[in-house]
Amino acid sequence: MKQLVILSGKGGTGKTSVTAAFAHLASQGPFADRILLADADVDAANLELVLQPRRLDTRPFSGGQVAVIDADICMTCGDCESVCRFDAIAEMDGRFVVDPIACDGCAACVYQCPAEGIHMEEQTVGEVAVSESRYGPLHHAHLYPGQENSGKLVTQVKERARQQALDESRQLVLVDGPPGIGCPVIAAVSGADLALLVTEPTVSGIHDLRRALQTVQHFGVPALVCINKADVYPKGAQDIEADCLANGINAIGQIPFDLSIASAMVAGEAVTAYRPDAPASLALTALWERVVTCLIAPDATPDT
Amino acid sequence: MRIVVASGKGGTGKTTVATSLARVAAERDRVRFLDCDVEAPNAALFLHPVLDSHREVGIRVPRVDADACTYCGRCAEVCQFNAIAVVGQKTLVFDDLCHGCGSCTWNCPEQAISEQLAVTGVIDSGQTAEGIAFAQGVMNVGQTMGVPILRELKQWTAAPPPVGHDLRGRALEIRDAPPGASCPVVETMRGADFVLLVTEPTPFGLHDLKQVVAIARELGLPAGVVINRDGIGDDAVAAYCAESDLPILLRIPMERRIAEAIASGQPLVEAEPRYRPEFQTLLEHIVAGVNA
Repeated sequence: MKQLVILSGKGGTGKTSVTAAFAHLASQGPFADRILLADADVDAANLELVLQPRRLDTRPFSGGQVAVIDADICMTCGDCESVCRFDAIAEMDGRFVVDPIACDGCAACVYQCPAEGIHMEEQTVGEVAVSESRYGPLHHAHLYPGQENSGKLVTQVKERARQQALDESRQLVLVDGPPGIGCPVIAAVSGADLALLVTEPTVSGIHDLRRALQTVQHFGVPALVCINKADVYPKGAQDIEADCLANGINAIGQIPFDLSIASAMVAGEAVTAYRPDAPASLALTALWERVVTCLIAPDATPDT
Repeated sequence: MRIVVASGKGGTGKTTVATSLARVAAERDRVRFLDCDVEAPNAALFLHPVLDSHREVGIRVPRVDADACTYCGRCAEVCQFNAIAVVGQKTLVFDDLCHGCGSCTWNCPEQAISEQLAVTGVIDSGQTAEGIAFAQGVMNVGQTMGVPILRELKQWTAAPPPVGHDLRGRALEIRDAPPGASCPVVETMRGADFVLLVTEPTPFGLHDLKQVVAIARELGLPAGVVINRDGIGDDAVAAYCAESDLPILLRIPMERRIAEAIASGQPLVEAEPRYRPEFQTLLEHIVAGVNA
């Protein structure tokens, strides 16, 4: 079984549209009925919107604990407020209250309270789900707004996907990653066989791609780069390709700016299924073949 | 007054809007700009500040004085993150797991624990040619927690302006938020006066917009919407705004010229000066709304 993770650094470069297209293309070829999808962007989970799968199971996700002050025991000494380094405890109307969103769950206040009037409570911070999409099972999750994305929920989504892939002898887990380079990204990269970084030829896209590449390399995962909306700023696309070449990264192709991608999103379809002849679809089809080559033979250099 | 520019979905134009708003505001007001997207900070690419100050930041991790430690294990017991463990005659600290809460330090009966800074990022600061006081948090590659950097960034105070400098105008702070709808977005919004939400009129834009609206409401902050790339996608964002009592304060159409200018690193109001009055109106609308 192989794991391919789609990342970008900068948000909005087209990770989810590329993932959906790959899911569609994979279902047409040798991976038909042998792929499985995981949406690792749990605080902006969008793969479900484009695949419109049938939900099979949803369960709550406990992300950790928060402190709760028992008002009957509290002597209002304020020791809890003074030890909290997360500014999660404040005095309001003569009482000390915990802001559950700011609380880090460290329990420092619990141990400092002279009256033993604080305890920790398990908190449901989101839900984790499995659905059946037209291209294969989809493991996904929803982190409730404002909760801490420590990577634990991403890890759980990926673990559930991996387990099902093993149970059903599926060959490929396609992971739609989150933006950035922090915890959720590290959780998404962990255990991947290959990362495809979708970038765009903008000053921001290039800047964030470099940081994302460093992160992926830090964790020893081989990386490929593709450039979305490549024709919007051809000089930027050239700079990215030169940068990749200089750093030994395989830039495997470009996707032109194409409004079909937005139309496909509205229609709830992968662009390659929605308009197979659109310029973006043709480019994605060629890209997918190169990605498959790299997945099957990691040392092969695809013919670009 | 503190204005946060957030979005939910990445790549909708937060930085485009935040930097143009700052440029227009700086014509009359004293502006301080904080790039709060510590994983992917991009505002400097558009505002070109001279970043002449760099301060390493991070979290305070425990260091155990081996001579004073009795291996009682109290530190490991109080740590909620398994960041400290006693194995035989050794107390081990795992910096990567530590949240810097200080609980082990306070609870050590021998006072054998002191703390030292574990660097997770840097705060770069300086000024732009237009006089915008600028600071950004940059998380180091391989690090996991951005929020402690963000907290330090919000505390940053710009050097006082030189004597004789014009001190007229309002004091405005503009914060460019990270994407998503988790902890770092909450930390960016905390203490702000207004949240400007930049979205695109697509199902992804709408879905993720709803997540950040929920945070703004939870924090009791007024909010307004900018629809970027207007014309692509569908009308669902506008319908949602109407039914949720969210004013649409500005629409920026999908135009190739705009996309090209932003790709090359030009602020929108510089590349397309026709947007200057639009951003002035946007700013005055926000300020009037908050002061009302």
